[in-house]
Amino acid sequence: MAAACTSRTRQMMGLLRILRNFSQNERLLSTSVLRHNVASDGPPKFTPPSKPVIIDKTQKEASLRRFLSPEFIPPRQRTNPVKFSIERKDMIQRRKVLNIPEFYAGSILAVTMTDPHVNGNMNRFIGICIQRSGKGLGATFILRNVVDGQGVEICYELYSPRMRKIEVLKLEKRLDDNLMYLRDALPEYSTFNFDMQPVHYEITGDVPVNLLKVKMRPKPWSKRWERPKFNIKGIHFDLCLTPEMMEHAQKWAEPWRPYDMLKEYDTSSLEEHIFKEVQENLRK
Amino acid sequence: HWCGVNDLSSVSAAVAAIQKLTRVRVVDNSALGNSHHHRPPKVIHVYTKNVIGKVGDRVLLAIKGQKKKALIVGHKMPGARMTPRFDSNNVVLIEENGNPTGTRIKAPIPTHLRKMEGEYSKLLAIAQRFV
Repeated sequence: MAAACTSRTRQMMGLLRILRNFSQNERLLSTSVLRHNVASDGPPKFTPPSKPVIIDKTQKEASLRRFLSPEFIPPRQRTNPVKFSIERKDMIQRRKVLNIPEFYAGSILAVTMTDPHVNGNMNRFIGICIQRSGKGLGATFILRNVVDGQGVEICYELYSPRMRKIEVLKLEKRLDDNLMYLRDALPEYSTFNFDMQPVHYEITGDVPVNLLKVKMRPKPWSKRWERPKFNIKGIHFDLCLTPEMMEHAQKWAEPWRPYDMLKEYDTSSLEEHIFKEVQENLRK
Repeated sequence: HWCGVNDLSSVSAAVAAIQKLTRVRVVDNSALGNSHHHRPPKVIHVYTKNVIGKVGDRVLLAIKGQKKKALIVGHKMPGARMTPRFDSNNVVLIEENGNPTGTRIKAPIPTHLRKMEGEYSKLLAIAQRFV
């Protein structure tokens, strides 16, 4: 309690000092302006003094959403960790030049890349991110859109020098990490207008989750999405499959999977280390 | 009974782009491509060194009982990283000299096709949308 009081009073003193400095500088400025103007015209125009902007930096940073892009987390491999740290350095270097925003599978992005075959060199594409894969510098994400009735998907490399701008038009998560089933869903779920305006999203708090359940085209699908290995929650199965078919799909369930110790990969401590490293280096 | 364009998108996954006997979708507004037939247009020969056809390769189609050459403008198999992948195998009908049969291509065309400006410049001119 006492410690909090003293720190708060210290902050207030610091702020007061800043304010006092501001007011002194303004007085100096105003007198010099007066002297100049008296020489040329009559009474000088009243210019309101600039308001001191108090940025309380201590509070804002704590409530900012902690997001570490999934390609920073190295996979569980037998390679030397030096490879991952070198790659991370290169990734941070690229991120200082190109702003790669936070996005998830299910967010709508607009990507501008250089294209030598287009007049004006820039090629803009808007779509919903259906998958984020790859680790390190080869990280990719696939954007899907339906253009003139034709479904188009483009796989972009995040760290490619051809990428010019990545804008998030709508930041949201879906019920799954992998939305490949949108290929077999009705085309209305993948159409996005190319003139879409960015929807405002907050930098603090949780990412909004879209609990949309998608309606599918009649079977056959490209993959048997009802099978438990895909673990898809975002499809409205009741409309397209009978309960018998759902039970039949459960035959391929592997209930021992969550208990398989050899497949365990706990990344929590790794993530914290890498997050701190990335934040430090990005600020430099 | 072949129902036409609507059914093509719910067919098996692509394994190796376009080869002999693949059913394709004709994307221009030519009479031959859009008229209804009880069988879909199929590829009967691919004019490349290997039997696989990618975007920009010529193929021989069998449409309505006749042979016709065509150019591949998009396939279901994922290709190079920053290039588009389409949900159907698209093809544009072509003459012997490389001129397109139709007058308009409504479907999106990948921009890297512009490399063949010399041969297929007329085809690129009638294309309405590049992705």
